[in-house]
Amino acid sequence: MDKIFRVNMSDLSTKIEAVPSAWAGLGGRGLTSTIVAAEVPPTCHPLGENNKLVFAPGLLTGTPAANSGRLSAGAKSPLTGGIKESNAGGTAAQMLARLGIKALIIEGLPKGDAWYSLHVTKDGVTVQEETELLGKGNFAVIEALEARLGKKTGILTIGQAGELKMTAANISVKDPDSKIRSHGRGGLGAVMGSKRIKFITIDDQGAPGVKVAEPEKFKTAARTFAKALLDHPVSGEGLPTFGTNVLVNILNEAGGLPTRNFTYGQFEAHEKISGETMHDTIVERGGKPKHGCHAGCIIQCSQVYPDKEGKYVTSGFEYETIWGIGADCCVDNLDDIAVADNLMDDIGIDSIETAVMFGVAMEAGILPWGDGKGIIRLLKDEIAQGTPLGRILGGGAGSVGRAFGVTRVPVVKNQGIPAYDPRSVKGIGITYATSTMGADHTSGYTIATNILNVGGHVDPLKKEGQVELSRNLQIATAAVDSTGMCIFVAFPALDIPECLPALIDMINARFGINLTGDDVTELGKYILKTERQFNIAAGITNAHDRLPEFFTTEPVPPHNAVWDFTDEEIDEFWNF
Amino acid sequence: MQITVKLFATFRAGRFAVEPRTYPPGTPIVEVIRELDIPEAQIGMIMLNNRHAEPEQELHEGDNLSLFPLVGGG
Repeated sequence: MDKIFRVNMSDLSTKIEAVPSAWAGLGGRGLTSTIVAAEVPPTCHPLGENNKLVFAPGLLTGTPAANSGRLSAGAKSPLTGGIKESNAGGTAAQMLARLGIKALIIEGLPKGDAWYSLHVTKDGVTVQEETELLGKGNFAVIEALEARLGKKTGILTIGQAGELKMTAANISVKDPDSKIRSHGRGGLGAVMGSKRIKFITIDDQGAPGVKVAEPEKFKTAARTFAKALLDHPVSGEGLPTFGTNVLVNILNEAGGLPTRNFTYGQFEAHEKISGETMHDTIVERGGKPKHGCHAGCIIQCSQVYPDKEGKYVTSGFEYETIWGIGADCCVDNLDDIAVADNLMDDIGIDSIETAVMFGVAMEAGILPWGDGKGIIRLLKDEIAQGTPLGRILGGGAGSVGRAFGVTRVPVVKNQGIPAYDPRSVKGIGITYATSTMGADHTSGYTIATNILNVGGHVDPLKKEGQVELSRNLQIATAAVDSTGMCIFVAFPALDIPECLPALIDMINARFGINLTGDDVTELGKYILKTERQFNIAAGITNAHDRLPEFFTTEPVPPHNAVWDFTDEEIDEFWNF
Repeated sequence: MQITVKLFATFRAGRFAVEPRTYPPGTPIVEVIRELDIPEAQIGMIMLNNRHAEPEQELHEGDNLSLFPLVGGG
């Protein structure tokens, strides 16, 4: 029987509770957002005692369904001031699901100055005081904990950024190779740091495992679903070969690759940081061009990037990070970007927020354009050390913009805008503006249809059809984020007719229920509306569903496009 | 007329990344695809001068043509 594990850091008590019936059909984002909306006062301080940090595996996590091993983390975000859900791969989600833990809720704040760790087993959670690993980076934490508790231990940890409660701090999740995946966005690492929890370890020995109500039906649907993933050219071939970084050259050609802090739409040195170059470099140096972020991933979009000597530098080296440190900061050296990526994993700071921040920092004159070594130095010597400058930088793009009086600050709801210029790819601009998460490309990835011709085509440079496209994708994504599925299942789901019904059949077979496609759409709508209601009560209204002013006044070459949606046109998004 | 052809991802294997190439005036994009021996079913995106284009569109002197297989990321 699934349970809720609850930890109160104010008195260091722990409880195991039955799952309320209203939560029974929810998982992942649907569950974290429901719990945050139900239990966190929207106006509370995100780093105060009334905020709660919630972890929830998806509805299909822990089953043999391909690509279902994602973990959702939720809270009120210290970066946006609104509700936050951020999901990641790694090993923790499947362990929690096998333990029958529907959600882990962490509430309250410890009274004194001590730091703690949580240890999760089938019998519950124990809270222990922690001293040894304070101030350590995430890689050292993982190494030490594997030595302390064994190689199979699941780990959620914060680096120095989380301990220092920086609003760009993330929560790191150990992956199957003892490296790191991240609950990246929205500063959830600062929430964990505010509760003075350095790490959470998971031991799934004796776990009851996930029971599937109708195993034969499940097996058939799982086979159809996996076949769709492997048959689609994006998930079956493109992503495993070039990773997400194949997008550098594509966005550059489309004129939507934000360059020099969103001044241009193309980067002269795009080829040097492209997915094609990265693939050839990895192969030449004996790294791994494909790699999965969790057991059961058959897409394998991740990779292991080595240095010239063949030594590990980083993995999970994503387009958005490479774009941000690369084109947006005019850094044309992929090795420097890889070192920065590894450092951001180690310090525990969101590599999208931080990359966007460095673009603003260069605009502010903190370091010269193209200075990859300078970025590495600021990460090590300022952010990881928590110097006064490091704390401003660790607050993200908005923080640096405010501290240095920069007006070109690409954020929505104070969260950095990733990798796709909203002036020349207008659908994603609607997603950035309206997402309950702040600027978040994954919450309604219109790039699929605007640029990649997946799920049809909507002209990226015209306004027509963008609001509807973003709305449909945001609703579908909220539902997919509740299943534990990787968002890349959307590529086959948009093009292959059998894919989505197979996904719904797996959920039905897992629980012995009869959801229809309409039920899944209703779930997505319910999640968005629940999140929006929380945000409105927290003071975030449609007046915040707007892009920064400079997008409306500064045309971006080569198309010289501006952001030209009226407020009324944007607000139409919520008409459902 | 001379146009610049750019190939991406798997299309580069055994071909090229960027090349100036000469065609008779009015050649449609699909002719270039055939000449390069790229199966049409593998074409994911065509961009002509930084805008999405269709295979039937005619090329003009100085055009930049980019051909992508169906790929994606995010």
